[in-house]
Amino acid sequence: MKAVITVIGKDMVGILAKVSTECSDHNINVLEVTQSILQDMFAMIMLVDISKSDIPFTEFADSLSKMGSEMNLSIHAMHEDIFNAMHTI
Amino acid sequence: MLNSKDILETITMIQDEHLDVRTITMGISLLDCCHSDINIMCDKVYDKITRYAKDLVSTGEQIEKEFGIPIINKRISITPAAMILASCENRDAVKLAKTLEKAAFACGVNFLGGFSALVQKGFGPGDRELIEAIPEALAETDHICSSVNIGSTKTGINMDAVALMGKAVRRSAELTADRDCIGPAKLVVFCNAPEDNPFMAGAFHGAGEPDSVINVGVSGPGVVRAALAKAGDCDLTAVADLIKKTAFKITRMGQLVANEASRRLNVPFGIVDLSLAPTPAVGDSVAHILEEMGLECCGCHGTTAALALLNDAVKKGGVMASSHVGGLSGAFIPVTEDAGMIDAARCGALSITKLEAMTAVCSVGLDMINIPGDTPAEVISAIIADEAAIGMVNSKTTAVRVIPAIGKKVGDELSFGGLLGSGPVMPVSTYSPLKFISRGGRIPAPMQSLKN
Repeated sequence: MKAVITVIGKDMVGILAKVSTECSDHNINVLEVTQSILQDMFAMIMLVDISKSDIPFTEFADSLSKMGSEMNLSIHAMHEDIFNAMHTI
Repeated sequence: MLNSKDILETITMIQDEHLDVRTITMGISLLDCCHSDINIMCDKVYDKITRYAKDLVSTGEQIEKEFGIPIINKRISITPAAMILASCENRDAVKLAKTLEKAAFACGVNFLGGFSALVQKGFGPGDRELIEAIPEALAETDHICSSVNIGSTKTGINMDAVALMGKAVRRSAELTADRDCIGPAKLVVFCNAPEDNPFMAGAFHGAGEPDSVINVGVSGPGVVRAALAKAGDCDLTAVADLIKKTAFKITRMGQLVANEASRRLNVPFGIVDLSLAPTPAVGDSVAHILEEMGLECCGCHGTTAALALLNDAVKKGGVMASSHVGGLSGAFIPVTEDAGMIDAARCGALSITKLEAMTAVCSVGLDMINIPGDTPAEVISAIIADEAAIGMVNSKTTAVRVIPAIGKKVGDELSFGGLLGSGPVMPVSTYSPLKFISRGGRIPAPMQSLKN
């Protein structure tokens, strides 16, 4: 199962490092990363493989969301099917 | 990889534009709970509902977390209660309503719909008992929703039932006058009621439905409005195209959630209801979509045309996105549940007569409208008859959910809280239809040819 992690907020040092550390801590493999900076807003999208994760996906999503609020960023982890369903026929 | 623009669009829709799945509704047939002893029947009803729906709320919450899509309501709809009540010797409908309330509470759902009777052609066993018990049942429960179908295109309108329902709506408000007259906010009077509607207060599980089924209602007025705002000054062909595309995306999400819920609960998938369902939250309003199209205020001339375009485009976009479409499917215009409608009603731009015209081209009917507390039952019956006539002649679902604001007059406000919202009391005509309503009988079914 694959999931998409999105990070949106003000750019700062170490965002990528923190999110990928959280992934590796739970045996979640990062498959692809894209990021863009529009003015000051930072948007990073990660595709990850959660099939070997050591915690339930909902817990992982919660921990990322909590980490996001501590860093004043909006971080979401969502099942990739939601994007496939909405944007492909 | 997925296109990052698409991913960010989805996130924006959910975070900023109130995209959500409005409801997962589990339909449960209670036909096998019939028993001549009401106590035994109530036990069977409680057992079956709590057995079938025990995982509904937790599964909904799990899907919500995994997919990141808010699922606002988890609900249950049941076989019209009058049908099972018919089997009892002592038809104590209020006792049945209390049992349903207990079952709804045990399952943790927001609402349970189906305290209903289908009397479009006449009253069967149990129907009158149920209708007479509606005001008390709604006053003594919090989660039970009631609906009565009083007409259809094939049968005409049962005016005896219309007369009864005017009284039931009024009585229901009187019994809950100390709680902002919440009773009739849970009561819908239908013409051409759909049997697979997942939305409250009109949801019930029709006789032709399977033992149990999962129906999903989507939402997303905010998303449509935001898409129109971004599009800027395009013509109405482009507006319709844009609404279709947006409705497609919203519905695909609903279909995904429906498939997941169906698979995890091991209950067959029924339908996705393609409705634009507003909430009182700012940015989640159908009226604001109409205003975004270029109306100064919802309710002005042009509103009916704009709504017709919106309603049709939502269906066209949604139909391809779902394997089975049903329920009400269209744009809802509940006054107290829609921030833009509330404002329009407050400033006088939106009247009941305009709303009645709007219901000829959109999904449901006169919905969540507060009327003066001194409105007589026959006027409420006449409002129901007018609305049913629009549905009957145009082969569409129409409904009436009006709330007589006991002790209040035009300009005062009622506040129900939550998704039911709040709004001003709107004026109704004070001329009397008493003689017309007291005649009773049936309005014959209309011609289906020679359409003009």
